[in-house]
Amino acid sequence: MTADAMAPILRIENLCKSFGGVTATDAVGLEVLPGETHAIIGPNGAGKTTLISQLSGLLMPDSGHVYFKQCDITRLAAHKRAHAGLARSFQITSVFMQMSVLDNVALSVQARAGHSFHFWTPARTIRKLREPAMEKLEKVGLQDRAGDITSSLSHGERRQLEVAMALASEPDLLLLDEPMAGVGTEESARMVDMFKSLHGMTMLLVEHDMDAVFALADRISVLVYGRVIATGTPDEIRSNQDVVRAYLGEET
Amino acid sequence: MSIQQTEQSKPSSAGPGAASRSGQRLNAERIITLIILAALIVVPVAAYYGDARYWVDLATRLVILSIAATGLNFILGYGGMISFGHAAFIGLGAYAVGIPVFHSINDGFPLIASNNGFLHFVLAMAVCAVFALLTGAISLRTRSVHFIMITMAFGQMTYFAIVSIEKYGGDDGLTIDLRSEWPLITFDHPLVLYGFCLASLFVVMYLVHRMVNSRFGMVLQGAKQNEERLRALGINVYNYQLTAYVISGIICGYAGALLGNFTTFISPEMMDWTRSGELMFMVILGGVSFLFGPLIGAAVFLLLEESLSRFTIHWHLPFGVLLILSVLFIRGGLSGLLQKLGGARDR
Ligand SMILES: Nc1ncnc2c1ncn2[C@@H]1O[C@H](COP(=O)(O)OP(=O)(O)OP(=O)(O)O)[C@@H](O)[C@H]1O
Ligand SMILES: [Mg+2]
Repeated sequence: MTADAMAPILRIENLCKSFGGVTATDAVGLEVLPGETHAIIGPNGAGKTTLISQLSGLLMPDSGHVYFKQCDITRLAAHKRAHAGLARSFQITSVFMQMSVLDNVALSVQARAGHSFHFWTPARTIRKLREPAMEKLEKVGLQDRAGDITSSLSHGERRQLEVAMALASEPDLLLLDEPMAGVGTEESARMVDMFKSLHGMTMLLVEHDMDAVFALADRISVLVYGRVIATGTPDEIRSNQDVVRAYLGEET
Repeated sequence: MSIQQTEQSKPSSAGPGAASRSGQRLNAERIITLIILAALIVVPVAAYYGDARYWVDLATRLVILSIAATGLNFILGYGGMISFGHAAFIGLGAYAVGIPVFHSINDGFPLIASNNGFLHFVLAMAVCAVFALLTGAISLRTRSVHFIMITMAFGQMTYFAIVSIEKYGGDDGLTIDLRSEWPLITFDHPLVLYGFCLASLFVVMYLVHRMVNSRFGMVLQGAKQNEERLRALGINVYNYQLTAYVISGIICGYAGALLGNFTTFISPEMMDWTRSGELMFMVILGGVSFLFGPLIGAAVFLLLEESLSRFTIHWHLPFGVLLILSVLFIRGGLSGLLQKLGGARDR
């Protein structure tokens, strides 16, 4: 491997963000290497979602830097980050409720495919949008609901759709905010398998489900009160006394 | 689902159930559409030869307002942008006919002094495009109530600007002494003018239908439903909304040019915020984001206005109450109601 291949695809330096008196991100530093699945765990309110939002550009940090593929993207608009190859899924399902399930994913493919100043051809007849979209639905196991209106999906199905849309962006770095939250154990296991099958995909995974985290992560960072208290391999994290005291201990 | 089916289209790759369901409901949609189309063609012609000019005029007004309402529905219904200043575009479109004609009769402003219809309509659309671009660029930086207020403010601004120009009649308005001139046809014949308006309505509806279902339309509708997600997907929502706003303004400007030709008298009152409100009511009454919604809304609006105003001069009050009740209690507007009825009959 060349030195360049091992350069981190995402580098977070000294990132800070507070809401009034609450420090949600406290001098966070973190690196994600190409091809790795990097998990972020931490108790409720630790600032995981806030961190993801600053990476995807929906929230601006107070200070610090974010580098993506060696470029400073700290202040870049959200839509430009997506074009640069960053995609995210949302912890609180964020989809287009009045469109069909397939429309949702196709819109994600469309956004990836270039600008949308095309006024004439019916979008639903464009195979280069529909086919990749259908493929992603099959990946998450939602192909049978493709034609249904999204608002009719169950909570678990919406979570699957959320992930399908993020996948459809074909990102270089996938930010996943609790993709398994509220999904049944069976579906959850299926999603773990699906994420495992995405060979070479770089992922930053926020997840509460420890089975999923330990099954998927190459490295884990632990966030508590906005601070990264530890980063390491799953084994290192499991045996880290600080982590056990602050987080894992209270889980068991 | 009958009418909305045109919008929701029929994705070939949709689930197995979708195709048969749309087939079932297509009948109700077809029937309603055909009735409307037949009435729009037959009634005015019959009325004209039956010496009932009143109905020709009413139909012309209906069709012109439907064009404007379709333009507003494009951004309000599909795009979720609640513009409260769209009457300004209608007014500007009308003055784009009135002012050139004024100068062709009285001297001055040789650049635009003309009775040529092409000049009038291109001018109307161009002026509205520029006005929409400027005001939209500012308005679309805001959201929700702020957007409503700022579009209304721009509308009122235009109103007062026209009022202040004494040359074109100011407050008193401006009589258009000559209608737009075209090769082969004349707007002086009521049926010709009506036919032109009706053809325009069909073209505008078809264009809106194409745009709504295009990739642009998917973004426009996505922005109404979940703007944040669109941005996370990599779409610069602002650019798309602004483009839609300009298109909407152009459509209303075109309607305004027709209205000027129809009434032959224009005044700043056409741009008043109450006029914008009426246009909004038509869209909401007919059913937001249905292709035929604005037409149905405008028809019911005009018929109510005409019939109530015969009973009492204080017709505005019951009229307003009716409108508010219908908006509050008929979800999806009249189109939504028709759909439900159509769907129930099918089963
Ligand atoms: N928009 C906001 N305004 C004010 N405070 C906020 C906002 N968003 C988050 N916070 C606060 O910042 C802290 C971190 O919240 P965040 O949602 O990032 O935590 P989290 O780690 O994702 O939690 P969870 O596990 O429950 O999803 C919390 O104390 C929260 O109350
Ligand atoms: Mg969270």
